[in-house]
Amino acid sequence: MALSLKKHEMPVQDPAVRAHNFDEVALGYDEETAVAEAERCLHCKKPMCRQGCPVSIDIPSFIEKIKERDFDGALAKIKESNGLPAICGRVCPQETQCEQKCILAHKGEAVAIGRLERFVADRGLAKNEEVQPVKAADDAQKVAIIGSGPSGLSCAGDLAKKGYKVTVFEALHKAGGVLSYGIPEFRLPKDAVVQKEIDNIRKLGVEFQMDAVAGRLFTVDELMQDEGYDAVFIGTGAGLPRFQNIPGENLNGVYSANEFLTRCNLMKAYDFPNAVTPIKVGKRVAVVGGGNVAMDAARTALRLGAESVTIVYRRSEAELPARKEEVEHAKEEGIAFQLLTNPVEVLGDENGWVKELRCIRMELGEPDASGRRRPVPIEGSEFTEPMDTVIIAIGTGANPIISRTTPGLATTKRGYIEADEESGQTSKEGVFAGGDIVTGAATVILAMGAGRKAAAAIDAYLQEKKNKH
Amino acid sequence: MFKILSKEELSPNVYAMTIEAPRVAKKAQPGQFIILRIDEEGERVPLTIADFDREKGTILLVFQTIGASTMELAALNEGDELMDFVGPLGTPSEISKMDGTVVVVGGGIGVAPTYPIARAMKEAGNKVIAIMGAKTKDILIMEEQMKAVTDEILVTTDDGSRGIKGFVTYAVQALVDRGENIAQITAIGPCIMMKSVADATRDLGIKTVVSLNPIMVDGTGMCGGCRVTVGGETKFACVDGPEFDGHQVDFQGLMSRQRMYRDLEAEEKDHVCRIGLGRK
Repeated sequence: MALSLKKHEMPVQDPAVRAHNFDEVALGYDEETAVAEAERCLHCKKPMCRQGCPVSIDIPSFIEKIKERDFDGALAKIKESNGLPAICGRVCPQETQCEQKCILAHKGEAVAIGRLERFVADRGLAKNEEVQPVKAADDAQKVAIIGSGPSGLSCAGDLAKKGYKVTVFEALHKAGGVLSYGIPEFRLPKDAVVQKEIDNIRKLGVEFQMDAVAGRLFTVDELMQDEGYDAVFIGTGAGLPRFQNIPGENLNGVYSANEFLTRCNLMKAYDFPNAVTPIKVGKRVAVVGGGNVAMDAARTALRLGAESVTIVYRRSEAELPARKEEVEHAKEEGIAFQLLTNPVEVLGDENGWVKELRCIRMELGEPDASGRRRPVPIEGSEFTEPMDTVIIAIGTGANPIISRTTPGLATTKRGYIEADEESGQTSKEGVFAGGDIVTGAATVILAMGAGRKAAAAIDAYLQEKKNKH
Repeated sequence: MFKILSKEELSPNVYAMTIEAPRVAKKAQPGQFIILRIDEEGERVPLTIADFDREKGTILLVFQTIGASTMELAALNEGDELMDFVGPLGTPSEISKMDGTVVVVGGGIGVAPTYPIARAMKEAGNKVIAIMGAKTKDILIMEEQMKAVTDEILVTTDDGSRGIKGFVTYAVQALVDRGENIAQITAIGPCIMMKSVADATRDLGIKTVVSLNPIMVDGTGMCGGCRVTVGGETKFACVDGPEFDGHQVDFQGLMSRQRMYRDLEAEEKDHVCRIGLGRK
């Protein structure tokens, strides 16, 4: 049988239908498609895919198991390195990681590693796979994990498996960080996927404390000095929304993407008034920014009933930081794109509500520090369009609560925690950090990779500490 | 879960509730707030801390029934439990021995959060005067408690049924007129009251701290919904505040933002479900 150069298509909900519901867009492979896709793997002697994975999943082995229809075995293989496969199978940018390195990608399309990962993980969740709890010894050392997002969860899971007593402290009322408040239901189902995978981490023996704001309810020093934690991992993410600092940004109807998505995902505002938290979307919505968060906000606005939703981005299509798949999905659903365009002012009505968005056209100039061509305004090209809602999705910064309340914790100029890239070790003994609070906003999987590396370093640190006594 | 240990109606639509929350009480300081959620479908409701008892492990809340969530809260009773109780949030008040009299100004239920500030300022060795304003004498709250932690209290009522007839700014002016050496004023209450106090003290050069209560979701700096312009810069009330220099705050912008969901919620309040849906 000749090898197909194309991946097996992912079945998706019809764009015209899905633009009006919050159900998941991508429906997942069935068993036969998964096995057929696995058959495309050439099992290279030097599997490059594995090097492209930030958590080093043994990709060829799990694909081999799928070929053999040993789906439980495939899941077990993945779980050796990744505690959240149903999440990663959905939100990892495989096209720039494992799949980019796949040998098939040179000639055609890579093996659909992400879709296969999702298939075996979903199968496990559907049958309530058993998780072997690891009972920590009574005298086991204690580790505090601050933040229950991707980095914290992966760090907690690895340490629990090694027999430590692990407690995760979460500021919000629900675990998951960006997985719960940020990424929308239609891309990452909350109850069916996120909470189930977090439950699997819980079943390993990890304790979760919600409503626990580190830096307010307790400090890092208090955890170590008064509450007996031997090590602390800080994985608080980059949660502070940035604004453009243009006139009119504080008008009613201007949201940060964080607020807009949190109201909808975490607080279920789409179900108002059954859920009490309100959201206002209006008829015409502009989303400023070109990343995954901007796509998420735009597609959420559409599902909340907006008549027209426009992405406003200052560079061109080639520079859009969002995943290609997300951009395509957005276009299919009818999201408009105003590229090479930058807002200069939000104009309000007499009651303080958004009425119009004033923008300027841009052109690309010389490359800037990031290597991308710098957008430059075209003089005299301003134009104004009527808008009801403006959502700012131009990135996030570091939350200051922990750095302000932890003496001796070194941070960068921009407020991120300084930590060793390999170990996550900070300037404070016994304190490690990883994920977006170290790197600035990045991806779920990079944060998980950082959490894993820190778990290994914390293990080494605690072994040494124990041997000293 | 967080148990309601006591509930008292202080005046029509104004309630005091004592909540069992030992960890929050242990760390609470004057000027901070909490966020509570009644149940799984509930909103995150920010409320300023009216008092805390570290030994008993309790937090006192004083709130007025304004929207759906505060009405639902008021319908709960002693022994009921709240699903979530997060805090203490926000930057605490700066408490120190000042070079002159400290004045706290509370309007309506804004009296409640001035109480722990007055007490701490008194304990720090200051002369403390409280100005307490209300529409009429029957809805004045926490007068006895306030008397116990201050050197003097001045009551103002809009209708003149108690104390000075008029607004709290009249009492501020009365203190200035009698030559009181005021080092700092902390004013908490409706926006329009805080704005009036700040306007009155600006020319007098009296440092005036206000505590803002904008709309917010998480209360930890994540949503930016509570942004307010202070001195021309955008600040987040939940982490940079809630207290700010009253002379620098853009009150017009703040008042406008507070109205953001009023229509939506008003519609909901008047809406009667005919098909058996809707909340309990």
